[in-house]
Amino acid sequence: MLETIVVPLAKIVVLLNAVLVAVTFLVLMERKVIAWAQSRLGPMRVGPYGILQAIADPIKLILKEDITPRKADKYVFTLAPIMSLVPALVVFAVVPFGPDPFYYLSDINVGLLFIISVTSIGVYGIILGGWASNSKYPLLASLRASAQLISYEIAVTMTLVSVILTTGTLSLVGIVEAQREGGLWFAFVQPVALMLVFIGGLAETNRAPFDLPEAETELTGGFHTEYSGMRFSLFFLAEYANMIVISAIVVIMFFGGWLQPFPNVPALAFLGFVPPWIWFIGKIFLFLYVFIWIRATLPRYRYDQLMALGWKVLIPVAIGNLVVTGILKVAL
Amino acid sequence: MLDAYIPVFLFILVAIGFAIFTLMVSQLVHTKRYNRVKFEPYECGIEPETDARDRYSVRYYLVAMLFVIFDVETVFMFPWAVVMDELALFGLIEMLVFLFILVVGYVYAWRKGALDWA
Repeated sequence: MLETIVVPLAKIVVLLNAVLVAVTFLVLMERKVIAWAQSRLGPMRVGPYGILQAIADPIKLILKEDITPRKADKYVFTLAPIMSLVPALVVFAVVPFGPDPFYYLSDINVGLLFIISVTSIGVYGIILGGWASNSKYPLLASLRASAQLISYEIAVTMTLVSVILTTGTLSLVGIVEAQREGGLWFAFVQPVALMLVFIGGLAETNRAPFDLPEAETELTGGFHTEYSGMRFSLFFLAEYANMIVISAIVVIMFFGGWLQPFPNVPALAFLGFVPPWIWFIGKIFLFLYVFIWIRATLPRYRYDQLMALGWKVLIPVAIGNLVVTGILKVAL
Repeated sequence: MLDAYIPVFLFILVAIGFAIFTLMVSQLVHTKRYNRVKFEPYECGIEPETDARDRYSVRYYLVAMLFVIFDVETVFMFPWAVVMDELALFGLIEMLVFLFILVVGYVYAWRKGALDWA
């Protein structure tokens, strides 16, 4: 009872809070980094250097007026943000923050498959939200978003198969352990796969340069145009939680998860004084920074370019990468 | 074996609980100054005349169909990739045949213009 229910529950509460706090500060980080990229200061009013903005925002969002449009489908309109948020959070159940069981909730042997399938459920939230709004912009945006998400998901899933080929396991702990035994992060073994997963990750989280579902200039606010107050906040939370999820996947698959750089080089053994979970979280935030950096740098794709990139470039490259990996695996 | 899924299941319950709880808390404290205009769907200030759920491009349907085909085929590869160590050359040839059929379908879809958006 204690081992199966209470301990996991305590971990879940800690993990959930950690994710939510990370999201609020990620929003602040995004605003700050983009401001600096554009020679602005960003939020400065709330607290020293605007740090308390991260606390002010959630309070404000809770207090905001929550409107259900007259023509909207009431129940689905409320269900959609929940369906969007829950998968984004549940993924953290299998993310390992360190080597021993204390640092992760559960190490299921189909971890990677679990992540892929659970994150896909988020698409329902988006498409239901757009449909339930019964308004033109959200409907268009949600159709676009779901077409985009499913297109890039094929390339990402196919690429992950080639990583599984190298490790022979779907367990996330196993994948990191394989990198420790090999002494080399998979970023060096599978550079093409890394690029594919990263580009696909950008597209699946609707981030620039693939942020067409919420292209302000043509679709006002995207699929959540009609949303306000807490229901909007849930969509917002889901989006940023998904960013953290994609960063975590990239770090686990390609950058050794909680491992220090070059884990088998004795000269770097002194890096071991940094606890594994700090390595892991540090790497995640490094990737989140890259996400924001890309948003500050690149212009948005056009929709036909986006679909062409997904279907005509990423998928053939993913298939090619898979075949090459398979042949090398048997040959070596 | 299945014990590993108990925490995952708990997490799903907690996550759903969290979402509903925040919605309810917000429902209690948020401002309520409604008027008729606020409930209109957003359309740049003009009252929408028709239902928004109109016909939309058939391309979205096409993308969904292609997705189902490709994604199911990709999921087939997961078990293959896991046991590749034991299958060795046999598994490789088997999968190359499978991928070849997949690529034939892919090229067909491309030639037919299913992948073009414009």
